[in-house]
Amino acid sequence: MKVLKEAIAGTLESSDLLVKVAPSEKETLDIVIKSEVIKQFGKQIRRVVTETLGKLSVSAGSIVIEDKGALDCVIQARVQAAVLRGCGSEDIDWRRLS
Amino acid sequence: MKLRRSMLFVPGDNAAMLSTSFVFKPDSIMFDLEDAVSPREKDSARLMVFQALRHPAYCEIEKVVRVNELNTEFGAKDLEAAVRGGADIVRLPKTESAEEIRALDGRVATIEQECGRPSGDTKIMAAVESASGVVNAVSIATASPRMVAIALAGFDYLVDMHAKRSDGWEPELFYARAAVLHAARAAHIDAFDVAYGNVTDDEGFLREVGIAKQLGFNGKSLIHPKQIELLHKAYAPTDAEVNHARRVIAAAEEARRKGLGVISLDGKMIDPPVIEEAHMTLELAQAA
Repeated sequence: MKVLKEAIAGTLESSDLLVKVAPSEKETLDIVIKSEVIKQFGKQIRRVVTETLGKLSVSAGSIVIEDKGALDCVIQARVQAAVLRGCGSEDIDWRRLS
Repeated sequence: MKLRRSMLFVPGDNAAMLSTSFVFKPDSIMFDLEDAVSPREKDSARLMVFQALRHPAYCEIEKVVRVNELNTEFGAKDLEAAVRGGADIVRLPKTESAEEIRALDGRVATIEQECGRPSGDTKIMAAVESASGVVNAVSIATASPRMVAIALAGFDYLVDMHAKRSDGWEPELFYARAAVLHAARAAHIDAFDVAYGNVTDDEGFLREVGIAKQLGFNGKSLIHPKQIELLHKAYAPTDAEVNHARRVIAAAEEARRKGLGVISLDGKMIDPPVIEEAHMTLELAQAA
């Protein structure tokens, strides 16, 4: 799955996160994570983001996360929403989202 | 018997509520993909609900998903998320006929088969919000073996009826409440009363809970967590009711042991419905 256009999902409200995705000119996968709890949960957030992108087979794109203390399930959902919007994908393969 | 006093509405795109609503311990949580979510956020909310349904924190609570109407561009996708995510119940809004429930039943069956859920695992409840829905309540309530509950939604119903709303909703909802409740009882399913919109008015809320309880509704749809405890306390039986229920069950047990056909307590005959009510009273007391 390839990010074709800029897209966002989520909010900057507490317990949520804002995910911005954009095409990568170098065809690389670049993930930037900002979080108020980066010291405690930075590795965990990155793991969830990376796994979620992996299940969607996203190999290239710019992914910027601004986390406000979201649970893993919220991170998964917002990353999925941003990627699907950025890929212009209407059809969902639910097995990839589990 | 599954206790369904409180069904808490949780907007599907509200991360904070999705992350915390389980701590309030309502009997059922209803993730809303319909009116609480703007059209541009439906896709994201659908994914949020799909992931929340699978979260371990929600495994002990009955999970309901209110999908958009199936004839909208969102309905079918919502249904996929709900059934594949593991929702216990799909709530269909604005139900007007049995055909809509049968169509929903068919689609749910297909998705269950595709995703490997046991056939019939996903239950259905209908919300009636119009004159047609209320008039057809019996056929709606009996339209599918998946049906477990029917709810009355007051706001849309009153608009459809050209009715004016009073503080207690009493005269204007009288027929609808009675019709929905009769349909539920005839179909042996649960009945939910309308949501109470003013979350700062506990007195008004409790007055309305009293009406719902007196009429025989299993519970109410709730829009704020603070209403849960108020409702559960209001639905809790009194000490006198609990004591009477225990004596009824003890008398029934004794009669069974002695092989007696007629059961009596304090000189009054006890019918099977009275014994059933006594069990329900104890169950409510235990859950309160």
